[in-house]
Amino acid sequence: MMNRRDLLTCHVTDKSRPRASMGPEFYTNAELHTHEGKTVRFYDDLIRGKITLINFIYTGCTKSCPRSTGNLAKAQKLLGDRVGHDVFLYSITLKPEEDDPDTLRSYARSHGARPGWLFLTGNEYDLTTIRFKLARWDHPMLDFDPDQHTGMVRYINDSLNLWTMCPTHATPRQIAECVSWVEPTKPFGDRLRENYVKQAEIDRETRQLEPGRAAFRHAQGWRT
Amino acid sequence: MKKMRREPATKFKKRKEKSTESSQGGGMTRRTALKLGAAAGVVTVLTSRKSFSLPIGSPPQPPPEPTVCSPNPTHSPATTPFVQALPIPPIARPFKLSPAPTKSANLAAGETSRADHQRWEEFQPQDQYDFTLVPANHTFHPDLGPTYCWTYNGIYPGPTIIGQYGSPALVRFHNNLPVDHTGFGSNTHTTHLHNGHTASESDGFAGDFWGPGFFKDHHYPNIYAGYDTFGGNGDPREAMRTFWYHDHRHSFTATNNYRGLNGMFLLYDNIDTGFETGNDGQALHLPGQYGLYDIPLNFTDKKFCPSGQMFATAPDAVPAGDKFIVNGAIQPYFQVAQRKYRFRMLNTGPARIWTFSLSGSKKFILIATDGNLLEHPVEKDSLELHVSSRYDVVIDFSDVPIGQSIYLSNIAPQFVSNAPEPLPDPNVNISNVVMRFDVTTTAIDHSVVPDTLCQYPDLNLNEVVTTRIWNFDLVSGQFKVNGLIFDANRADATVKQGTAETWIIRNKLPASGWTHPVHIHLEEGRILSRNGAPPPPEESGRRDVYPIRPGEEVHIFLRFREWFGKYMIHCHNLGHEDNFMLVRWDVGTQTSLVTSPVDSAGNPNPLAQPNPDPPILSKLYNSKGVVKA
Repeated sequence: MMNRRDLLTCHVTDKSRPRASMGPEFYTNAELHTHEGKTVRFYDDLIRGKITLINFIYTGCTKSCPRSTGNLAKAQKLLGDRVGHDVFLYSITLKPEEDDPDTLRSYARSHGARPGWLFLTGNEYDLTTIRFKLARWDHPMLDFDPDQHTGMVRYINDSLNLWTMCPTHATPRQIAECVSWVEPTKPFGDRLRENYVKQAEIDRETRQLEPGRAAFRHAQGWRT
Repeated sequence: MKKMRREPATKFKKRKEKSTESSQGGGMTRRTALKLGAAAGVVTVLTSRKSFSLPIGSPPQPPPEPTVCSPNPTHSPATTPFVQALPIPPIARPFKLSPAPTKSANLAAGETSRADHQRWEEFQPQDQYDFTLVPANHTFHPDLGPTYCWTYNGIYPGPTIIGQYGSPALVRFHNNLPVDHTGFGSNTHTTHLHNGHTASESDGFAGDFWGPGFFKDHHYPNIYAGYDTFGGNGDPREAMRTFWYHDHRHSFTATNNYRGLNGMFLLYDNIDTGFETGNDGQALHLPGQYGLYDIPLNFTDKKFCPSGQMFATAPDAVPAGDKFIVNGAIQPYFQVAQRKYRFRMLNTGPARIWTFSLSGSKKFILIATDGNLLEHPVEKDSLELHVSSRYDVVIDFSDVPIGQSIYLSNIAPQFVSNAPEPLPDPNVNISNVVMRFDVTTTAIDHSVVPDTLCQYPDLNLNEVVTTRIWNFDLVSGQFKVNGLIFDANRADATVKQGTAETWIIRNKLPASGWTHPVHIHLEEGRILSRNGAPPPPEESGRRDVYPIRPGEEVHIFLRFREWFGKYMIHCHNLGHEDNFMLVRWDVGTQTSLVTSPVDSAGNPNPLAQPNPDPPILSKLYNSKGVVKA
């Protein structure tokens, strides 16, 4: 039987593909259309070697999507120059029959999406395949109802094959911070410094809380 | 590392014979092996006749991360049932830590940042343990061969910590997971002791995780809840006995647990001593001792690649397993004597709800729920075990003829692939069988299961200062509680230390497409009612996991004692908690009267829950918490 390594060498000519990546066999290389009118390949052009944040929306969705898209726009600001450089945002439509590139372009503009964030449409079969690989509840009642689609952002670092997720209704700060969960582990020295900084924060908080707690326990007459 | 693996398949038949031999009297018994135990940072594994200790200072080279099959295989390779004896996780041996544990985080020595240990001087740790998170190979079945896992101290399940109430313990968790980790899971980690009465900084809060190269000391004072007001070691009626420790890293709990990061933790005292005899007036003399007649059963399900590697690919999606695993072995057998055994059944997830039943009309004698003794044992034909829940049961094999077997089956709908042979009992469907008990011998049985096991602490609704509502919901395709998304930096309620509250937990549509096993950290609670009806006997005891079925509303009585800081209430379906179905609540010096008042930006939450007034649910219950007719 062909094992995974054979599969990689047989099917991939591009030597730059990350070793850990699950590649187009997993992600598909479906042809998608961007809100900028370009035609792209899902794995080759959008996933390979990048850190990506992917969510699913449709422009006619009035319940959850406006808030989701608004939060992603704020998260994009927090991530700053990284977006379009090593971090990329993709919002993929759930209703390709309604959302053509032009519709997505005006949607992107109305939400203040900046370069590095693509709104994508394509063939319904391809989009459903991608959605079921990236973001599903494993619950047919929910997964087949566009109004119940998952409101999570999927994070993928293709180079390390690290994934995580965050709800789009979390704060923009949380959405931006979760990027660090799929980044390579920083050098020990850097993390050691961060550890000291975090300890200082904890100590500051403790100094605020401790006198009140001690007085409370004293007033109760409890052992301390 | 090699020595630590269980024996390869070829030796297996031989081993089976040997272990039969030893249980009949000759050679080394499990008891002897257990006495050798496990040293700290070093592991002893119970294979058949030998236990191996690795010398300190020569850590084994962990295996490299494997290339795992992709995509998700439709099913695991076939495995022959009942070719492995049930493994018993070794007992962790206390160890003098160096550098010595300190009240404040020892950053210079590589400890991760944390708040100072609360009440450190009062509960100086006597038993110290050194745990290292490290990749290791583990063989779930000889037909599959070794597979890459993440483990505590090189073994799966992790070593069992056995402690005593009144003897404070401390566990140092070193994170030695790979720095260059790729794929499934996260190399950052935190360990929760479920459900220790421990200070917040030792609770393994989901947001307080640490990366490779760092360690953290978790301080487990092993006091009964009620210490502040009851005197002694606290209120012995609050004793909890069957705990488990597991990774609780936010959003990676399912993957890190699936990879193998969990184990058991047991506490004994002068009531539940772990021994069947002894001149101790209060002792119950339940079946004991650990590894002999007091047996942990860690249930999980996993999927395997055609190569035998554990399937762990789509990096944060834990697959529904099609192999039933008990203590790290697929469909094992366990040789028992004609007598009573205590089994500590634990569901380590990731998501399966097991419904256990025994063949031959055998019944479970349920003695404890979530590690807390029931007032009176309850006989059950079947038991529904939710993720993270524990059931202590006694099974009496004394009337089973030698040579016969009892099958433990999961009778809930599920999917398992198996080799067709050997055929079990004609009345048993092999694909449902989780493990087999083979009655092989006789043994003296001094143990008893008294009609009264304990007395519950007073349930006094006059102590209740407020009532809170927690609506578990799915809004806009995201799990929310009271309309808010979990944020480790935002507490949605503050409870006042030393007070009691009633909590109303609801599973609302459309989240009620699932049953949510809701877990509350720090304290055990009592179910007052489920959908207005008083709880059945098996739910009337102290719990820390409350399965909330679709559309249900459960009322719980809880006290909050001894410790300050941040804790959680969350769904313990590991996939759901990774999808942020958690809430942080704090123990402080005041009671917050609105639950989930603001979102993370400080804006008012339209779904905030003002606490119902009056605080006591006096229309529904009398002061003893009994549902009014």
